[in-house]
Amino acid sequence: MNSIAASPTGQTAPQAVYAHWRDFVALTKPRVLTLVVFTGLAGLLAAPGHIHPVLGFTAILSIALGAGAAGALNQWVEADTDALMKRTANRPLPAGRMDRQVALHFGVGLSVFSVLLMGLAVNWLAAAVLAISILFYVLVYTVWLKPRTAQNIVIGGAAGAFPPMIGWAAVTGDVSALPVALFCLVFFWTPPHFWALALYVRPDYARAGIPMLPVVAGERETRRQIWGYTAIMAVAAFAPILLRLTGPIYGTTALVATGIFAVLAFRVFGSRETDPSRMKAERHLFRYSILYLFVMFGAIALDGLIQARAI
Amino acid sequence: MDVRDDKPAVDQDEIRKRQRSRATVTGLVLGALVVLFYAIAIVKMTGA
Repeated sequence: MNSIAASPTGQTAPQAVYAHWRDFVALTKPRVLTLVVFTGLAGLLAAPGHIHPVLGFTAILSIALGAGAAGALNQWVEADTDALMKRTANRPLPAGRMDRQVALHFGVGLSVFSVLLMGLAVNWLAAAVLAISILFYVLVYTVWLKPRTAQNIVIGGAAGAFPPMIGWAAVTGDVSALPVALFCLVFFWTPPHFWALALYVRPDYARAGIPMLPVVAGERETRRQIWGYTAIMAVAAFAPILLRLTGPIYGTTALVATGIFAVLAFRVFGSRETDPSRMKAERHLFRYSILYLFVMFGAIALDGLIQARAI
Repeated sequence: MDVRDDKPAVDQDEIRKRQRSRATVTGLVLGALVVLFYAIAIVKMTGA
């Protein structure tokens, strides 16, 4: 697809949109990738057994490439709505720095490559879960749920919950109780995390016509649901302790970190602020929720490493 | 071919610069993949 841009002489000439390599990196949502890679690595380190460092690196690389591919395909689908939101208008596609077809080819190619790399180098169960997570994020979340229902991120959160399970499967070749518990933790963490953000960027979502919960159900209902999902998330966070799947480091960390999360979520629940620019409690919860996931998965990884040394 | 006057003009020098930097990055990525595939092959063959 070519476009015609005005030349310095005032005339117009056909000119392809030739994206910079940094735009391809931006297409993979690198900031989201850090969390995905970290939770995947934690799942890999927490798993019992041994994986050769080269294969472990390949597994994490495959997870990162798969997540990046899903991000690229998400931006390809959402290019038009991204253009309507301040937060996303400068992405490569809405800003006109890249052709849509190039983004599509990049996303599909990277998806196929990441799954094949995982399957051929590590194992096919991990590759299958990776493929499911990419398809789930692109087709179920981005295409189907996001433009249709306010519960989009609740079900769509599953896509982000797969990495620890993939990391675990890369080592063990199976999926047992702990990776399922980690999946549940990320799954139930997603609604309070996203809705805290959605509360203070609500005008953006409303302008783009995306039915996020604050847009369709209002701020009060969103705050109530943030609190409700935080309670369920706490149960998921404590489940590994109650089932004796983790050690004391995770136990202590989960108690303290989840306690702080609950306090911040309760502040959001009690807030009556309607001006997005003054929603401090929501901003605090959103920022802390990212730190929370890093801390929890760091503790899981540390516990796994200590237990592996003890054997 | 669609006609859009609102897009910023990118001159030929800028396009050449982008082509060069993309070629360099692609080369580096391919080089890294060669090293990775070699390492994977060694690990698989030795059964480590």
